[in-house]
Amino acid sequence: MADIISDAEQAGFANDLTQSNTLGDSVKAYVQRVRGGDMGALPSIAGLVVLFIVFGLANDRFLSNLNMANLATQAGSIIILAMALVPVLLLGDIDLSAGVAGSTGAAVMGLLIVDHGQGWAVAVVAGLLTGTVIGIVTGVLVAKLGIPSFVVTLAFFLGLQGVLLKLIGEGGSVRIDQPVISGIANTNMSVLAGWIAAVVIIVVFAALRLLQHRRKVAQNLQHQPLAVVIVQIVAMAVVLLGITLILNQNRSVNPNFPIEGIPYVIPLVVVLLIAWTFALGRTTWGRHVYAVGGNAEAARRAGINVDRIRISVFMMCTTMAVVSGIVLASYGGKVSTASGGGNTLLYAVGAAVIGGTSLFGGKGKASNAVVGGLVIATIANGLGLLAQASWINYVVTGGVLLLAATVDAISRRRRSATGL
Amino acid sequence: MSDTTPLLQLRGVNKSFGVVHVLHDVDLAIYPGQVTALVGDNGAGKSTLVKAIAGIYPADTGDYLFEGEKVSVHGPKDAAALGIEIVYQDLALCDNLDIVENMFLGRESKNGIVLDESTMEAKAREALKSLSVRTVKSVRQSVSSLSGGQRQTVAIAKSVLWNSKVVLLDEPTAALGVAQTRQVLDLVRRLADSGVGVLLISHNLTDVFEVADRITALYLGRVAADVATKDVTSRQVVELITTGTSSDLDVAPRPSTTV
Ligand SMILES: Nc1ncnc2c1ncn2[C@@H]1O[C@H](COP(=O)(O)OP(=O)(O)OP(=O)(O)O)[C@@H](O)[C@H]1O
Ligand SMILES: [Mg+2]
Repeated sequence: MADIISDAEQAGFANDLTQSNTLGDSVKAYVQRVRGGDMGALPSIAGLVVLFIVFGLANDRFLSNLNMANLATQAGSIIILAMALVPVLLLGDIDLSAGVAGSTGAAVMGLLIVDHGQGWAVAVVAGLLTGTVIGIVTGVLVAKLGIPSFVVTLAFFLGLQGVLLKLIGEGGSVRIDQPVISGIANTNMSVLAGWIAAVVIIVVFAALRLLQHRRKVAQNLQHQPLAVVIVQIVAMAVVLLGITLILNQNRSVNPNFPIEGIPYVIPLVVVLLIAWTFALGRTTWGRHVYAVGGNAEAARRAGINVDRIRISVFMMCTTMAVVSGIVLASYGGKVSTASGGGNTLLYAVGAAVIGGTSLFGGKGKASNAVVGGLVIATIANGLGLLAQASWINYVVTGGVLLLAATVDAISRRRRSATGL
Repeated sequence: MSDTTPLLQLRGVNKSFGVVHVLHDVDLAIYPGQVTALVGDNGAGKSTLVKAIAGIYPADTGDYLFEGEKVSVHGPKDAAALGIEIVYQDLALCDNLDIVENMFLGRESKNGIVLDESTMEAKAREALKSLSVRTVKSVRQSVSSLSGGQRQTVAIAKSVLWNSKVVLLDEPTAALGVAQTRQVLDLVRRLADSGVGVLLISHNLTDVFEVADRITALYLGRVAADVATKDVTSRQVVELITTGTSSDLDVAPRPSTTV
């Protein structure tokens, strides 16, 4: 239909910019975005650096290899739960029951192994399905009946703690000593496997980014300057190789029993991060999640089944929360009646928000959960090392959550003012 | 005009929200290559009529004909599949998505299960190029950073992108400045000249008289008149809008159901 417009009028988009020309321009554009309120992961990365410096100065054990590995493992379940919450937060909803639902799924898994002699694979699938069912019920109540997600999931938060009590028995716990499950948080990849995995990931990432860049240039599509792509690849390689290097050192205090290698929970997080990033960024489902979170009515008018998206998001969230519950059980060696309760969920919400996911919906990424989860785990870990009373831990974590939410709210106001 | 079949025709459409009966036996016809203006006071039911056509609030009773065939439209997807594109009064764009993402929302191109960003970006740029927007920097710009006129253009560009047969515009120029109103009106005329059936809702009678071939006036949810623009004066249309009748209008106040 382009022929209905005369040639003389083809001025506008004919010369729209397909790239910001230089690295300098990109940096400038980025600074402008940050000042306009689109902070993304910047505050959390800065916060992480500050925390590392503070705790590193305050306690010389903080930066030890042993503690770094410990920190990574502690962060694992928080990061996974935060990742699970990101799509829910993208819709502008909340799932307060995710932590408890995760542990309910983990309890189902544990009981199947311990009491019913099932293999770990069957038990894990059953646990995940438990989460799926809880998520579907939550989603239907929120989407079809229109009950605010806050209320539905608060009810589930309480109700599922009761279910957990009934499953496990008052004051009891389910032991998790099945080697595979227990191994997630307690065993390490071999040093060689760790290096190979790191290098493979870097090479694949670099190849994909460069190919994508070449294709975009060839087809004259909007693209970043090559320099930015290279900076991203190098930064990614440095971080990954650095982590691998630290975790591949012997961190045992006993010279006769070396402990070295990447804890298995890290590759698990990486796989989930890739899957989640792909689902949210490259599939129709992900695009529709952002659309519903941005403007549900516009999404509906575009023919998107808003209810179905909402139900699917709660379903995915709770299913993934079970993965987090299993990692938590693996780390603690048991599922107890208190697992997943307490501050588990607030840690995860805090992680997602600190990482840059907005509580107002429509903005956020899976990778936010990783950075934010590390911040939260660092606070817990660092304060623990300083042997502070646990009340300080609560107060500090609450304060950080509040700070993140404040940053979120303020940057949202600035975004709408600057139209970013 | 009555010798050509309307592209889109409604017959005896009623729509209620609970006890509020908003549309009463509404007849409407949109012809290929013509701009039909829908006029009426605030609350007359214009937007509701558009949403009934779009399938957002399907009509309670009445016939919906597309190219002479009876069809049933139950949702936005059905309307889109027929080739009906709607530019809403309250703009239906997602602020957190960019221009390309908005233009393809709900109809994304895919390679297998992966979004085909290259195709979408190229097609969106092609469609927008034809609308001569001078102030937008990039098709990958977030929609929240666009001005009212630019947003309107993005919404209208969707109809170019999807090669629509019928385009409904609900007050597309209400929030626009002089130059951008000019652009949108030119665009409306060109869409019609290329064979598209256009329904234009507007409160601005100057605009209506400039681009419309036919005028349908709604008064309290009823069709007060359906006339050719050349047969009426601005004063008569104002009368139709405000009182539902015009004393010296020599056309039937209610057209017969068979146009
Ligand atoms: N979802 C709804 N629920 C209940 N009543 C509605 C709804 N949508 C519209 N109405 C009512 O229907 C009537 C017609 O509204 P509509 O928006 O179609 O008017 P309009 O002709 O587009 O007016 P305007 O020129 O102000 O845009 C109004 O009285 C309005 O209150
Ligand atoms: Mg209206």
